Order: sequence, then structure tokens, then C-alpha cells
Amino acid sequence: MSLISAKNIDFSHGGQRVLQGVSLSLEPGEIVTIVGPNGSGKSTMLRLLIGALKPQKGSVTRKPGLRVGYVPQKLYIDPTLPITVERFLNLPHRVAAKDAAAALETAGVPGVGQRQMSQLSGGQFQRVLLARAILGKPDVLMLDEATQGLDQPGSASFYRQIESVRRDLGCAVLMVSHELHVVMSASDRVICLNGHVCCEGTPEVVSVAPAYRELFGTGTGGALALYRHEHDHGHDHDHDHHHPKHEAAE
Amino acid sequence: MLDDFLVRAALAGVGTAIAAGLLGCFVVWRRMAYFGDATAHAAVLGVALALGFGTSITFGVVIVALAMAVLIHGLSGQGAAIDTILGVLSHGALALGLVAVTMIPGQRIDLDAYLFGDVLSVTRFDLAIIWGGSAVVAAVLWWHWSAMLTATLSPELAYAAGINPRREQLVLTLLLAGVVAVAIKVVGALLITALLIIPAATARGFARTPERMALLSVGVGVLAALGGLRFALIFDTPVGPSVICMAAALFGVGTVGAKLRA
Repeated sequence: MSLISAKNIDFSHGGQRVLQGVSLSLEPGEIVTIVGPNGSGKSTMLRLLIGALKPQKGSVTRKPGLRVGYVPQKLYIDPTLPITVERFLNLPHRVAAKDAAAALETAGVPGVGQRQMSQLSGGQFQRVLLARAILGKPDVLMLDEATQGLDQPGSASFYRQIESVRRDLGCAVLMVSHELHVVMSASDRVICLNGHVCCEGTPEVVSVAPAYRELFGTGTGGALALYRHEHDHGHDHDHDHHHPKHEAAE
Repeated sequence: MLDDFLVRAALAGVGTAIAAGLLGCFVVWRRMAYFGDATAHAAVLGVALALGFGTSITFGVVIVALAMAVLIHGLSGQGAAIDTILGVLSHGALALGLVAVTMIPGQRIDLDAYLFGDVLSVTRFDLAIIWGGSAVVAAVLWWHWSAMLTATLSPELAYAAGINPRREQLVLTLLLAGVVAVAIKVVGALLITALLIIPAATARGFARTPERMALLSVGVGVLAALGGLRFALIFDTPVGPSVICMAAALFGVGTVGAKLRA
């Protein structure tokens, strides 16, 4: 059975229809990416799937006992709240210190456990969010624009991390992004969303589909290759300085 | 020992500082200062209603503070910015309470005791309310700590972990009403928010984890309560405001200290 499935979802917010008749499902182990322009309802769809929002029509079915690892779009930590990476990883449930260290290692940020969350660079911060998400041994990893604020090599390297996490854990991955060129080639299946499902299929199929080209133009077709030939620079691993992004985020 | 009014005053101050110090951290982290004001000011209306209906004042304060807590929780779910509405409710309730008290026939009570606190007159019964209320606040926070902290960091992370952040917020708001009932005799309705915010803010500079900050905040609160009481006895000043002055002074020293240490 599918891990999560949504059937005929209608969702309106403030009188504005955001989603209409959207159905999708996620099978064990697959990487699915939802792409769409700004305001297309991508993040809303993800929130519906984790249960943070309730659809006005249609239904969301989660497999009983499903464990979801969620990596939010951005996380604003109020400057008045002191919290170390290690403490953050222990929320909401306590984990063994060696599991926390292993998760940081898997996520590509070994040894940052004692740092304050506010001292992390943008890339490190997102990897700590990823580490927290995989600590719960999730059946499905959900990422909402998880690379916002990272530069292009940074986000490419982040997505490669996701692929390696999927290999290690065997979990399904559901991502939302507007960075088509970076995410699409990493996906088994792409769902193109703009209030409704425009088209769906493998990256190769979607990138030549007329509905997709209408939304994003043809220029991005060649960008698929960009990701494939990128090399791992590891740029954002060693930045120690305070990153202003999170203070500016709200 | 409890026969000595000073001992009772000190115990009342310490009991209040524990509840306010713990909850105050969440008030600071979640920027709920306005919530605190509205709930505390509503307590004055509670005093007036209790006198009007001839019930116990603690009962009146708790009921009206809880009602205000539920009301602002409901309003905060509407999504719109609620600062203005909170301001209206908060000061409306305060003014209505002040007016209502004067309209109660035959009653000429000293409202100052509820506005600015009157810790030197706490009875054994008041002490039981303060320590009982404080214990409830601490127990609920202990029970909900992880869930509340997760919901404070991110509602989405909470949902994904099966925690309902709206419920956690409601619990916090109800606890605020509890702290108001506990603290009104000690620092008075007008300064309760100060007792929530200042110790927590003082602790911030010295803590690396949320738990450390909460414990430090309690420590600062206790220090301010006892120091303020002592100050008030020596210089013959009102106790409630003296406690807050002491807390503010500790904040000043702490801020400078944290800067020097860094």
C-alpha cells in the first residue's frame, strides 16, 4: 500500500482557491518531487500531507504508524531561545548521544553537536534539520524548499546528500522545489503542480511535456545536464562565521 | 514560622518566582508579552466581579483570567495580526474593572493591593493558593515541555511529529491565567508581565539550552523577590514594584556581565 495518498484535495485559503482536485500518492522508497511556480500550492500540499492543514474536500490517508521526517522550508529560531544542535536533535523525543552523532555524520555535519543553532551557516543549518528528520528512522522524508538561501553548489550538494540518505535508510522522499534543474534529475517521479496536477512522470517525460514547458518555458530543459555534471566542492562545510540569513528570515 | 508575616511574604515571593520564571521563558520565546498583559489586566475585572457577586476574590480572578485566556487563544487562531485587538481587550478589561469596583455599593476596598500587590498581607490561605498554583504550573510545564518546545520552534515540525501546536498554545495560555492568579497578591496585576519577562530575559545571556535558561530564570526571579522584599523593608517602599526594580537591576547587571564575558 502507498505510504501516503491524497485523493481529490480541494483547499482554499482566505477565499482563494489554492488547490483543486489534487490526487497524488507516494510509494515506499521512491523520490518524488513536486515542482511548480510560486503560489502554485506546493507547500500547502506538503502541509496537508503532514496534517498541519485540513482539506475542505477530499482526503489524505497515511499508512498507520507512518513515521514522517520533515525538513521545513525555513526555521526561524527566536534569538531569545538558546539551543544547542544536540538539544535540538532531542526534540520532541530523547535520542541516544551516539545516534545523534551518527545522524549528524549521515547528514554531512559531523561534530557540530555542541554548537548553538544560531551559529550555524545556512548549509549547516539545513543539514542539521535533515539530521533531525532522519533520527526518527522515517518511512518518508519530506522536504519543503529545503535549499532556500543556499547557493547553487550548496543546494546541489544538499540534494546529493538526500540521495545518499535515501540509499542508506531506504526511505521514500517527497520534495517540494522550484529549483527544477537541481532537483529533477535526482527524482524518480516529478509532479508538476499549479493549483492542480499539470503533468506527472519521470524527469525526462515531464521536462518535455507541453504543460510543463508552458509553466517554465523551454530554457530549463538543458539545465538538467547542469546538475549531472556538477562536482562536489563541499563549499559550505567549513564556514564558521555567523550567517545572517536566519535573523533576516522573519 | 508561618506566623511571621515576613516569612509568609518571602515564601509567597519565592513561590511566585518559580511559576513565573518557568513560564516566562515561553512568554519570551513566543513573544507572548501582550497575552500576559491582557490576562493580568483581566484579573482586575475579576476582582470587581468577585466583590460584586460576593465570591472569593481568588475565584473571581481565576475565572476571568481563564476566560480572557480562552478568548485570546481563539482570536489568535484567526491568523490576522491581533496586537491591536489584544490592546483593546487588555486595557478595556483593566478600565472596566477599575470602574466596576467603584460601582459596588458599600464597598470601599483598597484596589491598590490588586494593582500593585500586597505581599506583606498574604495569609496562610494565600500561600496555599500561591504554592498550589505554582506546583500545577510547574507540573504541567514538566509534562508538556518537549511538545511545547517543539511547537515553539516550528508548528510544522510539531505536526510532523504528531503534536498539535494549537493545543500546546492553549495550554500555555491557560497556564498564564494560573500565574496571574498566583502573582496578583505578590506584584499586582500591572507588573505581572514584568515578572514573567525580566527574569527570563536576564537568564538568556547565560544559558546554552532552553532548560538551563528556565532554571536560571527561576533563580533570578527568586533573587529578585527576596532582594526586593529586603529593599522594601529597609527603605519603606512598596514591595511589588521593589521586586520588579530588583529584577530590572539584575537584568542590567546580567546584560553587562554577559557582554564582558563574551
